[in-house]
Amino acid sequence: MGAIAGVLGGLLLVLLGLPVLSLILRISPGVLLDRLREPLVVQALRLSLITSLAATATVVVLGLPVAYLLAMREFRGKGVLEALIDLPMVLPPTVAGVALLTAFGRNGLAGHALSALGITLPFTTLGVVVAQAFVAAPFFIGAARAGFTEVDRKYLDAAATLHASPVRAFVTVLAPLAAPALLAGAATGWARALGEFGATITFAGNLPGVTQTMPLAVYLALQSDLDAAIALSVLLLVFSLAVLLTVRLGPTRLSALLLRARRPSR
Amino acid sequence: MLDAHLAKRRGPLALDIAFQARAGTTTVLVGESGAGKTSALRLLAGLDRLEAGFVRLGSEPYADADAGWHLPAWQRDVGYVAQDYALFPHLSVFDNVAFGLRAAGVERRRIRPRVEEALGMVGIENLAGRRSHQLSGGQQQRVALARALVPSPRLLLLDEPLSSLDLQTRRMVRGELRELLHRLPCITVYVTHSPVEALVFGDQIVVLEQGRVVQAGPREELLRRPRSPFVAELIGTNLFTGRPVTGGPALSPTIRTPEGEFAVEEMGSPGGVFLTVSPREITLYPRLPEASAQNVFLGTIREVIPEPPAGDRVRVVLDARPSLVVEVTREAVGALGLHEGMRIHAAFKATGVHVYT
Repeated sequence: MGAIAGVLGGLLLVLLGLPVLSLILRISPGVLLDRLREPLVVQALRLSLITSLAATATVVVLGLPVAYLLAMREFRGKGVLEALIDLPMVLPPTVAGVALLTAFGRNGLAGHALSALGITLPFTTLGVVVAQAFVAAPFFIGAARAGFTEVDRKYLDAAATLHASPVRAFVTVLAPLAAPALLAGAATGWARALGEFGATITFAGNLPGVTQTMPLAVYLALQSDLDAAIALSVLLLVFSLAVLLTVRLGPTRLSALLLRARRPSR
Repeated sequence: MLDAHLAKRRGPLALDIAFQARAGTTTVLVGESGAGKTSALRLLAGLDRLEAGFVRLGSEPYADADAGWHLPAWQRDVGYVAQDYALFPHLSVFDNVAFGLRAAGVERRRIRPRVEEALGMVGIENLAGRRSHQLSGGQQQRVALARALVPSPRLLLLDEPLSSLDLQTRRMVRGELRELLHRLPCITVYVTHSPVEALVFGDQIVVLEQGRVVQAGPREELLRRPRSPFVAELIGTNLFTGRPVTGGPALSPTIRTPEGEFAVEEMGSPGGVFLTVSPREITLYPRLPEASAQNVFLGTIREVIPEPPAGDRVRVVLDARPSLVVEVTREAVGALGLHEGMRIHAAFKATGVHVYT
């Protein structure tokens, strides 16, 4: 049994690890740094950072109340809402892009309302943010909800008997106690937004400097400049790995550090 | 003045109790686990909603089920100490205690002196910078108490405040807590399963059993006149209910109980009466005694239990008709060779029976 598990595990390790390893081995550090200085790459990098951070912020602001309700309250249609929120996790990203087009496109369901407000989403940077937020939302909401659920109700009861309104209790007790989960959720959501490809290219197109994020630039470079594609890929890989490692090892220690750093107000 | 009628179903428990309490006094809700004590506190605090009944503090209606009125917990003038204290783990002792003042919008410069005063009141000024995981159980209990007291609540709710402490700390804290509660002007409702704590803290004692009040009254009344088996066991006496025997051949006044007949000195009222026999009034004899005791019962010893603290006194539980708890000295246990399963006579005088309605 142990031997079989060992062999299967080894195969899996090769399947997962070899591409990662070969990607890193394929390019020399000198070439890597060289390619990362190319204007096209810099542009994509900048755009990716801006849009993914904006998408993460959007998801956090809009997702926090939803995660709170899902964790704290029972209501009708909760199951449907949960399924709806989780949908982007299993939906093919291109389908998400098409769906976004039919909703927010010029002739989409909400397209006229948006253009009346002077907002255009398809093939704009804002559209990239929307596409990234769409796919990143379930990652943050799921983690935040789990974090809220894990906070012992006794702390909220204590806050209530100490004159804290529900909003105050949320800010001063619930959110700080769920901080590790919230940080982890935001980090995974950010990583997902940064790596978003399918929904972006379908909904926002591939315009350099406007909607061409790193994953899109990788895809484009693959057809003309393999080294640039690999350089970008390595960068994305390192970033994703860093986020995951932080989430795995970090949050509890990270929040412990944050807590220790906050001096008691003496 | 607190006026409360609390009714709510929670799982298998149907709580339905009513009581009143005056300012400056402590009311103890005592009962076994599952009697509804914590549920009652949560309703008073406003953490749960009433299904029926009301809560009024002074002239202020806190809750009224009929009117559909429920003042949320955070708007009530109530301090609450939960059984495990629930200190905020992410805040220092100072910030824990300051929490209620900040939430109530107390001016910043007034917070520090009040927090320091509260910490001083419970004797932990030196711990202000600590976090809850750096505190012993007794220290946590003091922080929780200071935190609940610092906003000067009109109603203070304590849920088993001593039960999480080890035995030694508990004895120490018990004395201090009693002193403190004596000085407080607020109404205190104190929940415990411990008869000792009920008697130590309760100006008024409300005995709960399966969500109902089985007896309520001042401490002295409860000690003198228990009216339920639970209360009798709580204060450690033998309780029976019966009716006077009239027109029989008995020479002395007699009361008949389902467990047997008792010779008493006074009948009490002609209706149903309670009788208690103090375990100390009963003497044990291996042979049928010829002495003057009018009440003699033969039974089998079920248990021999040394009494705390020193075990100098020993409780002997007797399977007889009626079954009795007898208290004897340790010397008597040796002299009579008392052991479980032994057949023995228990005797007490008619004057040893306390009769009341």
